[in-house]
Amino acid sequence: MTYIAKPKINLPGQKRNALGLLQRDYEGSLSTLCAGCGHDSITAALVQALWELAIAPEKLVKLSGIGCSSKTPAYFVSGAHGFNSVHGRMPSVATGAHAGNRDLICIGVSGDGDSLSIGFGQFGHAIRRNLNMLYLIENNGVYGLTKGQFSASADPGSTARKGAANQMQSINPVATAIAMGASFVGRSFSGDRDQLVALIKAGIAHPGCALLDVISPCVTFNDHVGSTKSYAYTREHKHEATATDYVPLASEITTQYAAGEVVSVQLHDGSHIVLKKADADFDPTKRSSALRYIEKHRDRGEIPTGLLFIDEHWPEMHAIAGTAKRPLKEFAFEELNPGREALERLQRSMR
Amino acid sequence: MSATQSRVNDFVLKIATVNGTGSASANGMLMKALFRMGIPVAGKNMFPSNIQGLPTWYEIRANRDGYMSRAGRVDIMVAMNAQTYKKDLAEVSPGGFLVYDSTWPRERDLKRDDITVLGVPLSKLCNEHFSVARLRILMKNVAYVGAVAALLDIDLDIVRTLLEESFAAKPKLVEGNLQAIMLGYDYARENFTCPLPVRAEAMNGNAGQILIDGNAAIGLGCVYAGATVGAWYPITPSTSVMDAFTHYCEVFRHDPETGEKRYCIVQAEDELAAAGIVLGANWVGARAFTPTSGPGISLMSEFIGFAYYAEIPSVFVDIQRVGPSTGMPTRTQQCDVMLCAYASHGDTRHPMLFPANPAECFDLSVKAFDLAERLQTPVFLLSDLDIGMNDWRVPELSWDNSYRPDRGKVLGPADLDKMEKFVRYTDTDGDGITYRTLPGEDPRGAYFVRGSGHNSKGVYTEDAVEYQEVMERLLVKWDTAKKLVPPAVISRAKKPTRLGIVAYGSSDGAVVEARDKLMAQGIPTNYLRLRGFPFGAEVLDFLHQHDTVFVVEQNRDGQMKSLLKLETNNVADKLVSILHFNGLPIPAACVVDGISQHLASEVAA
Repeated sequence: MTYIAKPKINLPGQKRNALGLLQRDYEGSLSTLCAGCGHDSITAALVQALWELAIAPEKLVKLSGIGCSSKTPAYFVSGAHGFNSVHGRMPSVATGAHAGNRDLICIGVSGDGDSLSIGFGQFGHAIRRNLNMLYLIENNGVYGLTKGQFSASADPGSTARKGAANQMQSINPVATAIAMGASFVGRSFSGDRDQLVALIKAGIAHPGCALLDVISPCVTFNDHVGSTKSYAYTREHKHEATATDYVPLASEITTQYAAGEVVSVQLHDGSHIVLKKADADFDPTKRSSALRYIEKHRDRGEIPTGLLFIDEHWPEMHAIAGTAKRPLKEFAFEELNPGREALERLQRSMR
Repeated sequence: MSATQSRVNDFVLKIATVNGTGSASANGMLMKALFRMGIPVAGKNMFPSNIQGLPTWYEIRANRDGYMSRAGRVDIMVAMNAQTYKKDLAEVSPGGFLVYDSTWPRERDLKRDDITVLGVPLSKLCNEHFSVARLRILMKNVAYVGAVAALLDIDLDIVRTLLEESFAAKPKLVEGNLQAIMLGYDYARENFTCPLPVRAEAMNGNAGQILIDGNAAIGLGCVYAGATVGAWYPITPSTSVMDAFTHYCEVFRHDPETGEKRYCIVQAEDELAAAGIVLGANWVGARAFTPTSGPGISLMSEFIGFAYYAEIPSVFVDIQRVGPSTGMPTRTQQCDVMLCAYASHGDTRHPMLFPANPAECFDLSVKAFDLAERLQTPVFLLSDLDIGMNDWRVPELSWDNSYRPDRGKVLGPADLDKMEKFVRYTDTDGDGITYRTLPGEDPRGAYFVRGSGHNSKGVYTEDAVEYQEVMERLLVKWDTAKKLVPPAVISRAKKPTRLGIVAYGSSDGAVVEARDKLMAQGIPTNYLRLRGFPFGAEVLDFLHQHDTVFVVEQNRDGQMKSLLKLETNNVADKLVSILHFNGLPIPAACVVDGISQHLASEVAA
């Protein structure tokens, strides 16, 4: 496999975003994943969302671990620095990157093997420290690069391509994240571009760790009858719990909703995440309600999608730590080094 | 030296107590009082892996000549722990003294005719004097300070001043503590001939010296180096590095107006994550480090190899201890040399720095960041528990205000303006070091960090030729590193000799003292103290200049000797290991005996 540069094609009539950039400016190199892979649809949604948000490419960092999912940061925004780290450890690298430069917009792309097995600890602790990032799990229930072993998100009874059924419990990243105290948890499907783009935008705007679990069928190893992560199964069983809209600060909320069905969450920068709920008894701002809702639909064999939980007030890592607003990497040496006289004073107590 | 001779300013005071009884501050007071009397002192903790209840010892060596390694002798034992009394009694050197709390009888059969046993009813005195139960227990440990002060002729005014300083915030406590000290002091004066022949006498041996432990010096060094991100997972004996970094950041890095912190410390979920955080922060251009110990390095190894291949600056501080797991983690060793030199999978080699004392811990902490950023690679600072957690007398730390950090080859937007196209991994200067850009600055500088699969342009590859090209360029960088690590310190005997000694880190004190003793026996030796890896030309020259080179180190398998064999040519036959690996700091006698025995065996052969 080699690196394939993606040709930049100028099409007439392409729109420019607020930075004057075209959508193709948010693309990366050509995908080397299998044709029809759900991950490529997610990449396309990322490109669209980042273009619509008009994020300057250099302000973005793309990080990943190991696996098919972790290849995808190469396929969007080639003007952003990327970091393809080691298996399951993307969250720690993202933590360091954001610790050193809090102005960076961090997008971490992980998979179900990367986050729910080898990296389960780092997944939990990125959530615990509420690292300000979009944490995207491309969830297909299998290990693709090593040829189709079940992952920890495979549902009990779901079958492998050759017929063997998974007999272990599945780790549900959404319920787990909410239980661990995540401040933003959403689920989507790679085949639902509109919902995915809206959730990505909301997740990037959210000032904390935004976990997005995206069911992304593996066309090679997990798209057969008997799989619960196939295109057909997901389309049939997904249940849109909320319709999400991200409304930037500059825009007005124009859509009218019937009373009771909408939750509008205002973020610290004045922008809004507007959620249109499918059920009146579901409150995505309450942890217990969200968990109850998810489990109720799991009992019915349904996969609830949309923004399932949000707590926009929970402080992110730097707010908890009291770190300077200016990125640490921007401080001049003179602002960090106490100098000779201070060292002399300090040592008076060491005699 | 025989028992009857007086030992003025040349003695070892050892105090046996129970962990968690507040004895640390009492021992610190004795140590500091001797220091303020101008007597060179070294204090060593021998402590259990325990919070409360297990035996713990503190050993103070006072030495007018400034020999500061562990002496391997005890002149005065303060045996406050009934549980270890038998062992403590046995450890006193012939002619020495043992002080114990005579409130309760000790086993009658434990007797020694060759030492003097002095009973001081410390508990009884405190019980009679203090009415509050908790004070009675705490003051017992303060009272022995008074008894020892009388026996050793330690200046009481200094003790009083130390009390006032340590209780500056709670002046009411000074009086009670002083009373306890006087209880012990007066009892000793009334019942024994004070001072003992083993005693202290004011001298002027500590001008320009301070007392500090190595971990505090590293924490301070990281502040001075401009490190802004510290990531860690608690592990003995490295924890106090981050404690110190936190403390000095609180002192020096809070914005005076806003209170904002110019640092970010992340207590990670494990050492793997701590390593990842260090890589992420350095990648974006913030100086970042992690302090750990051997087991942590094991866990970090995948990331260390990644950083080597992806060429990400990173600083790993290893406070070495006996490994693995439980049992001996509170004991010292130099046992991670091989682990760090080649940490990780694939072809990897890493620069290492070996501070010999806290003053060097400070200097080499700064150096570690400069090297890491210049060489764009992981750099290891290898201290150990002896340096890190013990109290050392070292020359006052100094700082040159004209110092500016070496951030290495970093291109910013202005540099990119002048270039046609930025590529990440092409060597244009011939030193094996390529240019990097920082995220957040310029889309023209964007590149993708990957492990082994990148070519000289920073583009994904699985091509055999392209991979090998990168690997060979990394060897050029390794050669550059040889010229950048701090050179070895060489000390030559006044007489010509074919005997050489190589040592590093905390073994230095024992070697310095041993060389003087050997010289007195008519055995001159030259001494090379390693401060860095890879080895520079001066190391190879030294090895070739001598017929026999003793490699002194604190591990069982002679790790540095192995490294010297692996990394140099034609020296294997002349290297002789002198090893000390029982978990206690190495004494000079180990080196003297080892060398003497080897020379004797050569004569016999």
